[in-house]
Formats: sequence, structure tokens, C-alpha cells
Amino acid sequence: MSLLNYLRQFFDDPAYRSGYDGIWTRLLEHCEYSLIALVIAAAIALPLAILSGHSGRGDGVISMVAVIGRAMPSLGLLVLLAVELQISLTVTMIPLVLLGIPPILLYTHAGIRAVDPAAVDAARGLGMTPWQTVHQVEIPAALPLILAGLRGAAVQIVATATLAAVVSFGGLGRYIIDGLYQFDYAQVVGGAVLVALLSLATLLVFWILDRLLVSPGLRTR
Amino acid sequence: MIAASVFDLPSYVQSSFLGLIVTQLEVSLGATLAGLVISLPIGQLCSRLPKFYPPVLGLVTVIYSIPSIALFVLLIDITGETETTVFIPLTLYTLAILVPGVVDGIRSVPPNVLDAANGMGYGRVRRYLTVELPIALPTLMAAVRVAAVSSLSLMSIGATIGSYGGFGDLFILGLRVFDSRLIWLGLISLLVLSVLCDLLLRWVQRLLTPWARTLRSVG
Repeated sequence: MSLLNYLRQFFDDPAYRSGYDGIWTRLLEHCEYSLIALVIAAAIALPLAILSGHSGRGDGVISMVAVIGRAMPSLGLLVLLAVELQISLTVTMIPLVLLGIPPILLYTHAGIRAVDPAAVDAARGLGMTPWQTVHQVEIPAALPLILAGLRGAAVQIVATATLAAVVSFGGLGRYIIDGLYQFDYAQVVGGAVLVALLSLATLLVFWILDRLLVSPGLRTR
Repeated sequence: MIAASVFDLPSYVQSSFLGLIVTQLEVSLGATLAGLVISLPIGQLCSRLPKFYPPVLGLVTVIYSIPSIALFVLLIDITGETETTVFIPLTLYTLAILVPGVVDGIRSVPPNVLDAANGMGYGRVRRYLTVELPIALPTLMAAVRVAAVSSLSLMSIGATIGSYGGFGDLFILGLRVFDSRLIWLGLISLLVLSVLCDLLLRWVQRLLTPWARTLRSVG
């Protein structure tokens, strides 16, 4: 397997052990970009979707946003903003945030909408305020789908954060882009494998969160 | 303003614009079609034997979560810098959309309809082709449309490994020569092409489900 040879060559190279081009530096950069983008996307999309799901309005708008999200060419948006505005990290974060919003909106809205109306009625009958109903009944019951939406957003963001390297920033994509330019295929393979592993790790984190946070009562179904 | 400036683009883009459209359509629609051919038997299997569905769904979700740029560059070693290198990952990604589409479609066939077909002496193949597939078609086609549009846009990332990103090539070129008109041209062309493909697939769906039209005009 020649890919394995390239991989060994990459991990044996002391240049990637530490410092500016070290794996840990690049990994941290990648996680930093992704986390910031995910937090901003969630801060925008979660309240909107909880509100729209709770009030039962906006089905049409949300499904339209979901289609736009699927069709959005992230690379195009990334380079467009870099050329039109400026090459800065803040500008690079914009497409990452935009990419994260549709899955969170779609799943959270659908999750809140799908909460058993009898449970919401019961909460109201118990004298809960609308805020308490949302907070103590609707959100916990919709949590599996809310987490699925956040997972979808996180996976998209981690994948696209790789492209930050195209517009000169760091992250694991740096290895892929630099490797392609330098005809250093070991570096390309190393970067690609690290990015793929990070994506799988993201899935795993959300799987664990699901196990920890979702009420066991919801799992039996 | 943008529309006007598209016409005074560098000549090397003007002459290859048609080529970009062809590559774009060939690779992304080809991948969607290949994905459909793979998804139909997998979906059929999963709806026959439901215990296979969760692991299959898990597998296609995991594949979908691998960044496209990673798959592209890893494939360079095997298939070189060719269209195939972009085609294979795109095909794999459509499975995450198409397999659930096929399964949901087949599950939407009412059991009594299947019983009726059996009672009329339909064989398995005939029942599949003339009863199950047509009833599953609206759900299936919805998934095909999503898969086609997302392949069109995902393909642009292929531009990072050479010149197989369709309109994505214009993104990288635009960045390299620092000319946003090229990027605008790529984005707008991609948008127009996506809308046209979606309309085309809606039209195909209408042709394939003539009964849906009658129902709509009556009801």
C-alpha cells in the first residue's frame, strides 16, 4: 500500500512534530476555527428555530433555507468574500457560519414541531409558562434532533474549515494545499487523513453527547 | 454591472466556458446517476431486511462526513488527476441522500397494494417495476433532486486538486488572478445550472408519474 508509505513518511518527518507547521498547531487551529463558527451558527440558528418550532410557523422558509444550504458552494463563497472584502480570518469565518446555520435550523425546527402535543398540553395544564414549556418540555424532547442538527453543522464546518488554507490561513488544510503546490504527496496524504480523522472524531463526540444528554425515556422508542 | 463585465472576461475563459458546463454536468449528474444505480438495490435490500438499514445508514453517514477534499486528494494516488477522482467521492456522497430516499419511497408503498399485486399473479420483478417503483417515485425523485443539486455544488471543491471542479475552476482562477468577476461568473453559472437541473428533474418526474397530474387536476 503506497498510501501507507506516504503516511509513514509524513508522520516520521520531524517538521510536523512541533512548532509552526506541527500537527498539534494545525489541529488546534482547525478546531478553533470550527468551534468558533459552530458556536456563532448555533447562537443564530437555535433561538430562531426554537421560536419558529414553538409557534409552528415558518415551515416554508426553513425548508427553503435547507435547500439553499445544500446548494451553497462553500469554496465559491469563501474565495468571493476573500477577493471582494479582504483576506482576513473574520471574513473566512463568514462562509463557515453560513454553512452551519441551515442544518441547525432544519433539525431543531423539525424536532420542536414533532414534540408530542399531549406533552405540551399537559405542561400548559400544569400551569407552566410558555418559557418553562419550551425549556423543560420541548427542548429536552427535541434534543435528539437538535443534536443531529448540530452534528450536521459541525461536520460541514470541520470539512469546510479545511478550505481556509486556500485563502492563506492555517488548519489541517494547510498540509493538503501546501503539499499539492510543493508536489509533496506525503504531506497531502497526511493532511487528508488527519482531516478525515477529525471529522470522524466530530461524529463520535456528538454520538457521546447524545448518549449523555438525551433522556433515557426517549431512547426506548 | 456584473452581467456586463462577464463579456469582457479573459479569452481563455470565454473559449472554455462551454467546456466547463459540459464537465460540470457530466461529472455531477453522472455521479448522481451512478449513486442511484447503487442505491436502488441497497435500498431494496434494506427495506426487505430492516435490520440491515441502521448499519447501512450509519456507514453512508460516516462516508458523507469525510471532507470531500480529503477523499479527492487520497484518490489522486489511485486514479490520478482525472475526472474519475472527483466522480467517485461525489457518487459516494449521493448515497447518504439516495439510500434513505429509496428506503422511504419503498416503505411508502401500502402493503395492501402489494397484496393486490401478488393476488393478481405479478411476479417479483414485474411487481417491483410496475407497482413498487412507480409508487416510490415521488419520494425517490425528491432525493434525486437534492443529490443532483448538492453534487453540482460539491464538485466545485474538485478545483483544489487541478481543473476538475467545473465552475469551481473559476473560483480558484479568480482567487489566483484576484479578479472577483470570475468568481461571480462561477457562482451565478452554478446557481443557474442548479435551478435548471432541478426544473429538468421535476419535469422528468411529471413525465414518469402521469397519474399524479390527473389527480391534481381533479382534486
